[in-house]
Amino acid sequence: MPEPNRPMLGSLALIAIVIGAGAAAFAYTAGWFSPQRLTPTRLVEALAPAAGPSLGHRRNHAKGICFTGEFEANGAGSELSKARVFASGRYPVLGRFNLATPDANAPDAKVRVHGLGIRIATPDGQEWRSAMIDPPVFAVSTPQGFYELQLASKSKDANAMKNFIAAHPEFAAFGAWAKNAPWTDSYAEDRFNSLNSFVFVDKAGAAHVVRWSLLPAAQPVSISPDDLARRGPDYLEQEIARRVAGAPQHWAMVVTIASPGDPTADPTKAWPPDRRTVEVGTLVVQKIEAERDGPCRDINFDPAVLPTGIRPSDDPFPAARSAAYMKSYDLRTAEAKDYPRTTTGAKP
Amino acid sequence: MTGVRQRFTPLQRLLHWLIAVCILAMLFIGVGMVSTATPKFLPLIAIHKSLGIAILVLALIRLAVRLRYGAPALPADLPEPMKLAAHLSHYALYALMIGMPLIGWAMLSAAAYPVVVFGGVRLPAILPQSDSLHTWFWDAHFYLAFAFFALVLLHVAAALFHALVRRDGVFEAMASVSIHDEVAPAE
Ligand code: HEM
Ligand code: HEM
Repeated sequence: MPEPNRPMLGSLALIAIVIGAGAAAFAYTAGWFSPQRLTPTRLVEALAPAAGPSLGHRRNHAKGICFTGEFEANGAGSELSKARVFASGRYPVLGRFNLATPDANAPDAKVRVHGLGIRIATPDGQEWRSAMIDPPVFAVSTPQGFYELQLASKSKDANAMKNFIAAHPEFAAFGAWAKNAPWTDSYAEDRFNSLNSFVFVDKAGAAHVVRWSLLPAAQPVSISPDDLARRGPDYLEQEIARRVAGAPQHWAMVVTIASPGDPTADPTKAWPPDRRTVEVGTLVVQKIEAERDGPCRDINFDPAVLPTGIRPSDDPFPAARSAAYMKSYDLRTAEAKDYPRTTTGAKP
Repeated sequence: MTGVRQRFTPLQRLLHWLIAVCILAMLFIGVGMVSTATPKFLPLIAIHKSLGIAILVLALIRLAVRLRYGAPALPADLPEPMKLAAHLSHYALYALMIGMPLIGWAMLSAAAYPVVVFGGVRLPAILPQSDSLHTWFWDAHFYLAFAFFALVLLHVAAALFHALVRRDGVFEAMASVSIHDEVAPAE
């Protein structure tokens, strides 16, 4: 080995520079130098109420109840997408009715938005997961806007929401719905909408940008939040369990096809009402189970889990949601001890 | 006469550099994807899964080739502690090359996510759905990823030390581009 000399010091310095640069590039990629980056962690943290998150539960839509059933495809969707799920047949469904709140113990009457998570499995081993809500449009047009909405809605500053709405005029349509639309007295009466757009790819390879909705067979009965509150904090879960025990509940799945120029990347903008729609099948909800020991508990209804024949569009939400839901899933599954199962036979 | 190999075989060198590039890419894609909520998230995570499974296959081939052809001996004058460090770090690198993809796959299986790679190849679940197993494998994937990166940096530092300071042929044993399988006759 040569004696230490100037060239050797130069070599050691070079090694140090290479290693240092490598480490710095890694830290930069990981976002350690970019505190402003909208990371999934920040999105999920922004959802937490002042008292902290409901440990062991979903970081949003924390209150919910599992269901199982079937999707009966009528075959009409095959014209739009080659996904197996549209070939006529019956496919098993796992799902979850839920309330859009980060508080797992929120009383029903305090939560404006109802949601539905669904996973349809087909014999080719593919899955279609989706998480939908009952307003006709979303509240914000970008994930960054969603983040700002969370900060504003829990801010102590009395003007925070006013400032948010001024900075986000796109919020108006959702705001009007939240204020004026009637509340329903059952999950079975809700219409659930994908709001985000996706691309259906048909057998010939042609792409169709679509949104989809589940239209309830049950006639909606409106109720005031005060009356809903009087029925008890968990009325919606008790009601859907009773109703499904009496008879399976149905929703028609309807796909709406965008025309060129429609706002496919902005879920705050409804498409014109004359757009073509195709009814592709029926969701049949056959059984309700409590979430604590139920099959939907440890499922992530990640809207980016799609079968061949459906892919994301230019809508920025599915990617942001996929990233945030994964983070939420990682956190809540690591907190299972804070939400213990009751049955000994349940999966660990 | 078998002879003493001074370089890794061309196949070994090819596999080494191919996997090296893939692993560096994986580490950067990994930390990059979990810190973004932009539309890039979806292609990044798709690449992460596919490239990770490709590394698993390449690393298994590499292990078989290594068991078959061995490695050139380290220089006789290399101090014993450095030899030990070299051998242990190489075991660790093999363990991580094969272990990390399996852990990633196991983590997704335990969460009941479909594991789809190369744009449509569905891999079976290798674990039953379980929150505790998911958490265990998530932690393993996370901490080992950083250990892996640290080890890669150490490995690069050691390689450059051989190349620039010791100039003892260890670097050339892997870095040579010659396709001739140089074998010195045994004494
Ligand atoms: C960037 C925007 C959004 C963020 C950050 C966000 C965040 C979250 C999180 C963290 C969860 C819990 C996931 C889990 O632990 O499994 C969740 C659940 C849910 N989200 Fe979102 N969300 C966003 C946009 C949306 C949109 C646009 C919709 C509907 C169109 C929606 C509908 C739902 C529903 C229905 C659930 C419950 C799914 C289930 O039952 O597991 N979210 N959201
Ligand atoms: C050599 C192989 C691999 C390396 C070096 C690697 C490295 C990484 C790194 C650095 C992260 C980010 C950790 C963090 O900062 O949170 C990560 C996350 C992840 N990796 Fe890998 N990975 C490998 C193989 C795989 C494979 C084969 C899969 C799946 C088939 C996989 C799935 C994932 C997933 C899903 C995440 C995100 C986990 C979460 O946050 O929930 N990885 N990986």
